[in-house]
Amino acid sequence: MNAGMSAGIANVPVTRAEVEDFFFHEAALLDEWRLKEWEALLADDATYFIPPNDDLEGGHRGTLYIISDDRERIRQRIIRVMDPNCHAEFPRSRTCRLISNVRITGVEGDIVHAAANFVCYRYRRYQREFVYVGSYQYALRKTAEGFRIKERRVLLAAHELGQLGSVSFIL
Amino acid sequence: MTGARSFVVDDREKGIFLLDREALVSDEVLRGEMRNIFAKCWIYVGHGSELKKNGDFHTRKVAGRPVIFARDGKGQVRCHLNTCRHRGALVCTERKGNTRRFNCVYHGWIYNNDGSMARVPGDEAYTAAFDKTTFGLKAPAKFESYRDFWFMNLDPDAVSLVDYLGAATEYIDLVVDQSPSNNMEVISGTQEYDVNANWKLMVENSVDDYHLPSTHSTWLNFMANSGVKMEPSKDPALVLPTHGLAIDLGNGHFTTDNVNFRGRPVAAWIPIYGEDAKPEMAAIREELVQRVGPERAKRICDTNRNLVIFPNLVINDGSSVTIRTFYPDGANKMQVTAWALGPVEESESARARRLDAFLTFYGPGGFATPDDVEALELVQQGLANYTDDRWSEMSRGMGREGEQLNSDEHHLRTFWRHWDKMMTGAQA
Repeated sequence: MNAGMSAGIANVPVTRAEVEDFFFHEAALLDEWRLKEWEALLADDATYFIPPNDDLEGGHRGTLYIISDDRERIRQRIIRVMDPNCHAEFPRSRTCRLISNVRITGVEGDIVHAAANFVCYRYRRYQREFVYVGSYQYALRKTAEGFRIKERRVLLAAHELGQLGSVSFIL
Repeated sequence: MTGARSFVVDDREKGIFLLDREALVSDEVLRGEMRNIFAKCWIYVGHGSELKKNGDFHTRKVAGRPVIFARDGKGQVRCHLNTCRHRGALVCTERKGNTRRFNCVYHGWIYNNDGSMARVPGDEAYTAAFDKTTFGLKAPAKFESYRDFWFMNLDPDAVSLVDYLGAATEYIDLVVDQSPSNNMEVISGTQEYDVNANWKLMVENSVDDYHLPSTHSTWLNFMANSGVKMEPSKDPALVLPTHGLAIDLGNGHFTTDNVNFRGRPVAAWIPIYGEDAKPEMAAIREELVQRVGPERAKRICDTNRNLVIFPNLVINDGSSVTIRTFYPDGANKMQVTAWALGPVEESESARARRLDAFLTFYGPGGFATPDDVEALELVQQGLANYTDDRWSEMSRGMGREGEQLNSDEHHLRTFWRHWDKMMTGAQA
């Protein structure tokens, strides 16, 4: 559904608690590597972006991102990271993400814009601790079955990835 | 020269090449590299396109040195050591910007963007022996460019950059020719990531095509899932679907030169780009044919080339064009910086396709680079056993006469032979 169609319908009612519950549920699926269930939360036109640390405002078509996935690329990313031959994630990282400062930043028809801060700890055997810190920015479509992720944007707070190394899992 | 011992066994008669793993873990070796390699070789600083307007600057570390890469008020590209002539503080802390002056926050010494001294507060307190005009920001001993790729050299006796690059210029030309106006630009967005591995492992990894099927099987699956044919070659000597060469370019530089099978933004279509992209990509190729002729156009469009400029610059002209440089932060760790490069006149859609193609393979969130990082970190972890398992085996393809294959180790030996010469002080 595009913005023009959204403009034609009344803004959906939404509470912060609903959005927060959704974020907590999503975080649990990601931390537990239940990626097929996570994928079911995606809208058909879902996108997943991590802009570069030094150009958070640049658009993905003209700026080199860290991750810039459309729906099909997300599907391929899940296939990849679930494969034991995805060496960067085998054995799988253990992650634990804490989500806070949840805010609804706007509603347009059935689209809810929401943001949150996160800390994601990632552990691999014999390796340094990785701590990813930043904010999530979402466009969520509110449907009868619950929220569906239309856009998921991860803004990293660090000046560069540096010690964080790769983003080889779903951040 | 220090006359350090050799770290390689290079037995051409038997066809055996071994590397002493201490070269990859030793702090003493690293100190030797600082003196004998990073202070002697031409080291990549930046691309002129990063400095679009007079006064533009980027601060970065080059060979561990904080520098300011800047275009001065008259348009001249400069490299200043980012250190105040008074007490040594950084004089610029912003990552990038545009300025006429660099101001030291400590005592307020001010420099013009060409590096010259602008102002010393309270300079009447100095004797006549203090000549403030001699207190401009220092620059590396040499700073030169080839086709807008700028390099510095800390050795005043170094040969010119063009002489240093030698035969490698041909491979830089194949990249620059992709722009109708011969103007390539670094695209906004910098990928900076650390790898807990010795920097020389990244040199090897950047051109080692032997590892592709095992390290990158998930990428190969992704390509196959996306409709890109990945038939194994019928030639049993080949590890990859197509024929590829490893070429020694002299002075420690080398490249792979492979028949393309993975798609190229200029200009070899694959299904990942989408049907819509076909006409535009055909037009890109046609422009190239008109401009450089059918033979050279085919060379540009239908081969991939991963080029290493000794010691630490990689230009990957593969799924997209990357500039990658890396620098040791201790013997067991490196800091990697990577950029995407594209023609300045590229359309919005071609640019988006180039960036998307980049991310299919490269970078910290790509479908291949994280597994390279993992492989290198596994090597470094395993190397803790080096005193009891001393030698890395690098003889692959040594008995081969004539053409050397990309999936053999001729090019890696080229690097190590040159490295060893520079470290031992032998005549290169």
